[in-house]
Amino acid sequence: MTEFLQQLINGLALGAIYALIALGYTMVYGILRFINFAHGDVFMLGAFAGLFLTPVVQRFFPPQSYLGGIVVLLLAMAICTGFGILIEILAYRPLRNRPKLTVLITAIGVSLFIEYTCQHRLVFGAAPRKFPDLIPVTTWNVDQLVVSSTQVIVFVTTILLLIILRFIVQKTRMGTAMRAVSFNEQAAALMGVNINSIISFTFGLGSALAAAGGILFAMSYSSIDPLMGVQTGLKAFVAAVVGGIGNLPGAALGGILIGVIETFAGGIPGLSNYRDGIAFTILIVVLIFRPTGLLSKPQVEKV
Amino acid sequence: MKSGAKRYLLLALLAAVVISFFSAYFNRYYLGVTIDVGINIILAVSLNLINGHTGQFSLGHAGFMAVGGYIAAKFSLMLSPALPPWAQPLIFGAGLLLGGSVAALTGLAVGVPTLRLYGDYLAIVTLGFGEIIRVFFQTTETFGAATGLTGIPNWTNFGWAWGSAAICVFVVTCLVNSTYGRGFIAVNDDEIAASASGVNPVRYKVTAFVIGAFFAGIAGGLYAHHKSFLSPTGFDFMKSIDIVVMVILGGMGRTVGVIIAAILLTLLPEYLREFSDYRMILYALLIIIIMITRPQGLFTFGFKVRNSK
Amino acid sequence: MPQLLQLNQVTIRFGGLTAVSEVDLHVGPRELVGLIGPNGAGKTTLFNLITGVYQPTSGAIHFDGRPTAKLKPHQLVRRGIARTFQNIRLFASMTVFDNVRTAVQVHRTHGIRDALIRGGQFRRAEADVEQQVMELLAIFHLDQLRNEPARGLPYGDQRRLEIIRALATQPRLLLLDEPAAGMNPTEKTELTELVHFIKEKFQIAVLLVEHDMRVVMGICERIAVLDYGVKIAEGTPAEVRANARVVEAYLGEEATKHA
Repeated sequence: MTEFLQQLINGLALGAIYALIALGYTMVYGILRFINFAHGDVFMLGAFAGLFLTPVVQRFFPPQSYLGGIVVLLLAMAICTGFGILIEILAYRPLRNRPKLTVLITAIGVSLFIEYTCQHRLVFGAAPRKFPDLIPVTTWNVDQLVVSSTQVIVFVTTILLLIILRFIVQKTRMGTAMRAVSFNEQAAALMGVNINSIISFTFGLGSALAAAGGILFAMSYSSIDPLMGVQTGLKAFVAAVVGGIGNLPGAALGGILIGVIETFAGGIPGLSNYRDGIAFTILIVVLIFRPTGLLSKPQVEKV
Repeated sequence: MKSGAKRYLLLALLAAVVISFFSAYFNRYYLGVTIDVGINIILAVSLNLINGHTGQFSLGHAGFMAVGGYIAAKFSLMLSPALPPWAQPLIFGAGLLLGGSVAALTGLAVGVPTLRLYGDYLAIVTLGFGEIIRVFFQTTETFGAATGLTGIPNWTNFGWAWGSAAICVFVVTCLVNSTYGRGFIAVNDDEIAASASGVNPVRYKVTAFVIGAFFAGIAGGLYAHHKSFLSPTGFDFMKSIDIVVMVILGGMGRTVGVIIAAILLTLLPEYLREFSDYRMILYALLIIIIMITRPQGLFTFGFKVRNSK
Repeated sequence: MPQLLQLNQVTIRFGGLTAVSEVDLHVGPRELVGLIGPNGAGKTTLFNLITGVYQPTSGAIHFDGRPTAKLKPHQLVRRGIARTFQNIRLFASMTVFDNVRTAVQVHRTHGIRDALIRGGQFRRAEADVEQQVMELLAIFHLDQLRNEPARGLPYGDQRRLEIIRALATQPRLLLLDEPAAGMNPTEKTELTELVHFIKEKFQIAVLLVEHDMRVVMGICERIAVLDYGVKIAEGTPAEVRANARVVEAYLGEEATKHA
């Protein structure tokens, strides 16, 4: 039982990170109906932003303090928001009315571009780096369960961000505009919504969440490298699809589901080697039975 | 394209064999590159059947290549020590066909569940299949797990590579340019209209996957016996993207364009070797620029109607 | 004479919406029947039910005496039901010739094997196809345009091509979904003649959905009227025209008071 709970906690922590990244994928898809392949790389950029920001921030704030940690997090989120919007303006906006396939491939190109550029020795270099301790790390032993403070931070931060996101999407004008655009872009434009602003806002929002995911990931796993966004991003994307792409609660659900199942699979002796394939297996199984994802409504094509 | 097609095929096969015969006179390195080109042509043309002609956006083609490669390699590794040298071509041929057939079965396994999926969903699921296949080979001891297979006999020569490419091009082209083959294009253009015209979309989609996978498997087998080693990381998502880029640059569905794109994209990295640092960055930039400026492919001039003989 | 197409109490529900409710309809082997009703009445949905795109929630459809339940659209084409679409659905990347050619193969045993071996049998079969397609195109005067890309044709020709493609499947029942949409009066008169011609030449039954009353009244022997998924009237053109419920459905209650 303890083993089960332990794995559950570990899985939820991983799932929370997947959820944060998955939200970005699903928001962009809801608005633009395309998969931003470069999103996983924003996650990576967030982690690296944290890496370079920490020594700077620690000059002004006491090292290893919660306050310093929050500042790094917020700054990294801000930087990545900028990156996300920049990518949209440079690479995706010119292709706004092109067939989806074209944009998909372009997104893949952008992703590769970011990855290879960051791998270059003049940028980050390909070798993994150690992420510094942002905040004091302690572990608690509750009844044979090991819970690290980092995991608690991950839970708390994710829940906070989700609440803020929900508030933004449901209660603010920008959020309502976002939802309007995702339902019917033309109608929204006719209602006076500035589509370009909303799209930039969406990209920015998603990127901020991905950056947060990157920092939390780096805190949890210590080692970061320019290609970390590939596998994690892919799995987060799978999570978004599993939950029903375009559906926010679905993305969060998908992320947690995949994180938990993957962690459990990692603990089973025969299955642990196939860990990386778990996410995709879940994807295929879910889509066979519900072709549009767990929480979304099936589309009926009008003939 | 009636008896003319068969004549071209025989000519091509003959040329491949003859050139192969003289391969000792060619620079080893360049010869290796041309073999790479031949293999990539098979990969591109086979993917073109799935993506270009039938419109099923598959991002997992490297998975089929991996299946064919590993099966053929294992077959050779197990049998070649036990059999005399004169039997080698037979083992090789048999191994290739075996690899291709198992890859075709994998194609079936991928094609059937994806029947109800379209666009992005289809892309991500096929990508998923590709990854699952890679993870499978990466963890299975029989296939060398993470280290992969080494010591595969170096049996692929010009003749095998380009002969197979010729056969692949022949098969795909003849298939599509027939009344039967119109079904692929129909399913791509408008699946509902295709159904209403008596075309069974399921049959065509699955057939495209099976045949495409078969040839990808052959390409994998050729690849294994060319590089003499197989590593699971060589068959990842990136490899699938490489092939997809060839199909897109060539103009989805235009076989000639796809072949040219395959040639160019195999040779390009060789020329960019000097910029090895920036090679991949340039490659990524190239993809982005092409997509923004000329997404219909580099080799489509005017409206080329797919009317066939 | 047994009916070619028989619908008994056919109903379909999408979630909470009942699109078609307990519709009875029949079409005889060489009848020209019209299906009319206001927008959203369920006419195209009915077509989709007949052609196997949707399966009825309840009720039964029989074609040629056999139930069509669970059959896929392409299988029903083989049985003899062909259709055109409200928004023309041609194979955009193909030529005129190839559009028809694709539909011709439904009754042929063209196989992969033949296409690859390319032996004598293949050549003969392809020659047959060529002849069959050209004959059809010639009947409708589109043979000169055989190599034109389908999407480059003028609108009226595109409609005709779609009909030809449907006819290439050698159907016994042809469903036409608003064939006169977007046409000017001259084209509509031509269309009326075309439908008569098709019925006579090919000896088939035609079920027609149309909004233009003159076209419908001019072509059809019998007309069924749908409103909100329910059949509210059926009869000869004269009978239907005089039916108060029909007038009300189209023009609203006010109009009937002044009718």
